[in-house]
Amino acid sequence: MSPLPAPRKPTRDAGLAACLFAIDPVGLGGMVIRSRIGPARDGFLSRLRGLLPSATPVRRLPTHITDDRLLGGLDLAGTLSFGSRIVATGLLAEVDGGVVVIPMAERLDRALVGKLAAALDRGVVSVARDGVMSERDARFGVVALDEGIGDDEAAPGALCDRLAFVLDETMLNDDFVWPGARAIARARGRLAGIVAGDDTAIALCRTAAALGIDSLRAPILALRAARAAAALAGRRSIDEADAILAARLILAPRATTLPAPEPPPEPPSEPPTESQNEPDEPPPEAREAQADDQPQDEPPPGDASEELAERVLDAARSALPLDLLAALAMLGGPRRAASAASGKTPIAQGGVRGRPAGVRPGRPGNGARLALIDTLRAAAPMQPLRRRERAAQNPGPMPRVLVRAEDFRIKRFIAPVRTVAIFAVDASGSSALNRLAEAKGAIQILLADCYVRRDQVALIAFRNRTAELLLPPTGALARARRSLAALPGGGATPLALGIDAACAMGIAERRRGASPLIVLLTDGGANIGRDGKPGREAAGRDARAAAQACAAAGLAGMVIDTAPRRSGFAAELARLMNGRYLPLPYADAAALSNAVRAQAA
Amino acid sequence: MALYPFTAIVGQTEMIRAMLIATVEPTLGGVLAFGDRGTGKSTAVRALAALLPTMRAVAGCRYHCDPAARSALCPECRNRRAAGRLASERVRIPVVDLPLGATEDRVVGALDLERALADGVKAFEPGLLARAHRGFLYIDEINLLEDHLVDLLLDVAASGENVVEREGLSLRHPARFVLIGSGNPEEGELRPQLLDRFGLCVEVKTPTDLDQRIEVVRRRDAFEHDQAGFTRRFAADEAALRRQLVTAMKLLPLVSVPEAILRLAAKLCIELGTDGLRGELTLLRAARAEAALEGDTVVTESHLRAVAPAALRHRLRRDPLDESLAGARVERAMAALFSQAAIAA
Repeated sequence: MSPLPAPRKPTRDAGLAACLFAIDPVGLGGMVIRSRIGPARDGFLSRLRGLLPSATPVRRLPTHITDDRLLGGLDLAGTLSFGSRIVATGLLAEVDGGVVVIPMAERLDRALVGKLAAALDRGVVSVARDGVMSERDARFGVVALDEGIGDDEAAPGALCDRLAFVLDETMLNDDFVWPGARAIARARGRLAGIVAGDDTAIALCRTAAALGIDSLRAPILALRAARAAAALAGRRSIDEADAILAARLILAPRATTLPAPEPPPEPPSEPPTESQNEPDEPPPEAREAQADDQPQDEPPPGDASEELAERVLDAARSALPLDLLAALAMLGGPRRAASAASGKTPIAQGGVRGRPAGVRPGRPGNGARLALIDTLRAAAPMQPLRRRERAAQNPGPMPRVLVRAEDFRIKRFIAPVRTVAIFAVDASGSSALNRLAEAKGAIQILLADCYVRRDQVALIAFRNRTAELLLPPTGALARARRSLAALPGGGATPLALGIDAACAMGIAERRRGASPLIVLLTDGGANIGRDGKPGREAAGRDARAAAQACAAAGLAGMVIDTAPRRSGFAAELARLMNGRYLPLPYADAAALSNAVRAQAA
Repeated sequence: MALYPFTAIVGQTEMIRAMLIATVEPTLGGVLAFGDRGTGKSTAVRALAALLPTMRAVAGCRYHCDPAARSALCPECRNRRAAGRLASERVRIPVVDLPLGATEDRVVGALDLERALADGVKAFEPGLLARAHRGFLYIDEINLLEDHLVDLLLDVAASGENVVEREGLSLRHPARFVLIGSGNPEEGELRPQLLDRFGLCVEVKTPTDLDQRIEVVRRRDAFEHDQAGFTRRFAADEAALRRQLVTAMKLLPLVSVPEAILRLAAKLCIELGTDGLRGELTLLRAARAEAALEGDTVVTESHLRAVAPAALRHRLRRDPLDESLAGARVERAMAALFSQAAIAA
């Protein structure tokens, strides 16, 4: 009755993922759907909705949701009219037992992600705000709609790590035969009784290790998905096909390394199907264990589980996207230190500008927002007195609460101006010869200084014919250090391109409310023009133009000359940029750091 | 919702040891666990709540005051004592989870809005700091907490007293708690000036050993599948560890530190160039707690060695770009110093 279509074509994976999610939304956490708005996504979402019981609450969570709506808090209207504390339920508690849909998940700020993650981990939402302390059940699944374009926009890793599935646009148009809600409900009923053999856990862990997946949530989620798959297929224990499906859906998209190639003498791996259990090779006891899956209580240790691990890995390997790096960017989350330079989203910018920082007495208006609860708190002790006064003056009807202007409290926000130091580093051959290592050392000192002041840094390197963004603006300085250490040197000097890239980023950062500072490290030996063609003269002209463009855009800048002897050109660039000029031989640690501080201020 | 048993946590020995040491020696300054996602930082703290033994507290006190500590009673208990004897009861040691998005009024405590509006009474409603008194206060994702709250928490944690001056209220109550913070450095770093306010700092890493990883997944699955059965499986281990904790707490005041160990600790701190004396004090306190946990009454070199990385790694001369190697630097300094000491002895 409950047909599990054999997982032959990956195009059915989106539908399968939807089924597994509908069977165990809480256990599997949810899914990230990386796709633009469109009929494919809408169709998928409505079919997914059809798999859930009709009473399931499904709520959209806007990324600008406030804490009182997300977590819950004091119901002011109710509290005032009843004169006793009425607690309002937040969205996360309202959606208990259901599904939260997050549109524009790439825009989530990290404070909101932290709250979501805490609720996902505990199944409970705790509230401690506005005079309310409560804990409510909040067990839900998440469907995060990631509409980011390109590598630098993606749903935050802390959220993705907790959601089992990652789907992308191309997977949504599939020929999957969607089961009915009843079949899913039956599978859900079977879920608790599913027996998980130890070899499944081992196989999934091995596969995760072979694919370079660090987070332990991945194999745990994969095991839960395998359970759901077994329930969907009407089995009572996890079968090899279930483990393979789980590996393909959950582990393969998280891969950070390609698994080591198989030793050649092995038989060629067939596409995994359920009927794969009659090869001529395996030893008798292994065949016994696989051929009949019902009484597999005691799987023979060693060989069988290792073989299973091998087949599961094969399945995951065959599902690996062709362009692994693109897949890494898609997930944005689990990432090994070695691949630090590959695209991870910069941490969401929200939350830095205008953090709430308590309240103070004052008039609302002019952008100042009234802190209602605190205003009431201020008014409360005076009530009996004011009532008496008012009753004496004015015998009319009495308002419930008498609030006066002196009670007004307004919310304070601190909006520290975020400084972003954009390092544009000349990594060309001449520079490398001249002391790229020392330039790196100088940047290290500046980084340490930025760290103390909690500035953000970005790193652009230029050499040969390109300027490359090594690190988008980040506060995680350890990452900056890693990218810097990995920076290779050599090649020609496209100085103009480097300045242009830094200038573009500076303008973009200023638009986001930051105060950018461009720090150009070069020996001034420009020999590649903006068009990528060699030629000293054109290169020099273009570099001057680029420096002037920086000044015209009003960006603060400084040039650190890394040439062994002062090269007049670097000084000229500094002048054109309206920036400071510092020749490295004289730029000792203190001078450098003072210079950056002075410029950033 | 059942809690995952503390003793069922696989690996992460340094973090677990640090939490036990902080339990035995609450004045140490708490624990900061920094590291990868999904490594069981939160699980460990929440599991600790179920593991902890009970304590004696004044019956009905909102701050669960210690009836034996006369000088540290809250105003209400002082009144109670003036009126007669303090009745006491046994309560669980609290582990309070500071939810993200908590507002200042709920952390510090504030005017009781309900009573103020309904009866016009000016009454204080204690906050999370009062709840955490004599227990633990856990802040997950401490690097996401608003700065003004972090400052406030560290101040109270250091002074042991919560001073409330707001909304016409003026009062103070004891708030002694062990602060446990966790965070992921990839999400942004902690202000350096906050780092050394924590007593111990542990780096939590995802286990790379395959067998260990398999065991984590296996146990997690078993727990989610049958919570009651799984908890029962570890009941004996939990009871044994609880006994060990109780014994260590009793033993702690008796643990002595020989002169040679004092010297060694001082040398180590000089060698590493830690700022101030806080490093040495924490190192010695942690070593005493370690000895108590081991059932020893004299601190030895091995106790010192066991706790030094956690006690010192976040106090090294601030080179934020070298942070991943801090533990290794402590190890290296110890290797050099301790072998010298062994030769001299």
